[in-house]
Amino acid sequence: MTRMAQSDIHDQAAAYALDALDPEDRWTYERHLDTCDRCREEVAGLREIAGELAYEADGPEPSPELRERILDAAKAEPRTATVVTMRRRWLFPATAAAAVAAACAAVGLGLWANSLRDTQPRVVAMDGGGSLIVEGDQATLVACVDDPPAGKAYEAWVIEDDRPRPAGLFSGGCRHVPLDEPVEPGNTVAVTLEAAEGSDQPTSDILMSANV
Amino acid sequence: MSDYAVTLSPAVGRQESEAAREPSDEQVLEAVGRGDDDALGVLYDRFGRLAFRLAFRILRDRALAEDAVQEAFLAIWRSADAYKSERAKPSTWILTVVHRRAVDIVRREQSRRGEPLEVAPEPSAGSADEDAVLRDRRAAVQAALTELPGEQRQALELAYYGGLTQSELAERLGVPLGTVKSRMFAGLGRLRELLAET
Repeated sequence: MTRMAQSDIHDQAAAYALDALDPEDRWTYERHLDTCDRCREEVAGLREIAGELAYEADGPEPSPELRERILDAAKAEPRTATVVTMRRRWLFPATAAAAVAAACAAVGLGLWANSLRDTQPRVVAMDGGGSLIVEGDQATLVACVDDPPAGKAYEAWVIEDDRPRPAGLFSGGCRHVPLDEPVEPGNTVAVTLEAAEGSDQPTSDILMSANV
Repeated sequence: MSDYAVTLSPAVGRQESEAAREPSDEQVLEAVGRGDDDALGVLYDRFGRLAFRLAFRILRDRALAEDAVQEAFLAIWRSADAYKSERAKPSTWILTVVHRRAVDIVRREQSRRGEPLEVAPEPSAGSADEDAVLRDRRAAVQAALTELPGEQRQALELAYYGGLTQSELAERLGVPLGTVKSRMFAGLGRLRELLAET
């Protein structure tokens, strides 16, 4: 199923709390949560119960090195370099991420922080999945995509008057890609599959696109 | 050096009333949000084992489970400053991030392999030095699950541990989608009641 009727949306809370919504429905439901206080409350309560199920899990211990790996990776991250204010960050990072990235939690994207309160980024859903966060003339593409075939990469484009400018390469996974090119209202941002080193002009079909 | 560079016994999250000497989960999370990596270590000590077991239960693979936990903790590291304690308990929030990461990975792996990962239950490892709090809590949840009507329990387990979407559940169980939704909703409601009794 890809679309939910509004009348059906209120019975999605339990499935959402269990992470059992299909990707499109998760996306739709999270947009709905933005506007529905009652639903947010309901989800928060159901999440708490669903979280209890985690305690039932038994099994091996994580390797002792995991702690150090996590801390090393955390220290290596530029925590302020990729800060984007999300107005809608009321629930979980996973949720806020999915409010910008369809089909995937996009956990792992460095998005949410309490800065830049004056500017409200716009979030534009892209045809084909993913989202575009536009703030002034800066745009960041957020998407979860399959690994590209060997020797290929995804390439973002800013298209102005039918002239595409290369705006960045990225690979598979959940990605947070600040575009290399500024955007203006009326531009289109698109993604194609190109050779790993990038192309001067798009050579494949457009996989995702949005009008800025 | 931060306030959190203290040795804490690894355990599940603490309530504030439990030990005034130790920072609450909320306080640790706040410190993580300020970029205190010692606090991230404390958070891992409190929740890492639980997070790993949850991810392992879903993914049934050590390496994938560790990936899920690492990605989840890094997501927490990046977004703890946006965490709002009034929305959820820290433990709920952390487990939510871990769970979703693990479920997304299991779905990705399944689509890559073209078949479901095995979801047969893993025999208990029965760690001897396991924290008593964690053990008691697991026993309570296990007991509550056995009290649930079988269909509700099955729906919750296949969704939460199996990573199945509700459409996949409907297909696998051969019941309408609405029935799956009802079972999940009723199952969570009943679980809430049962756990409140313990």
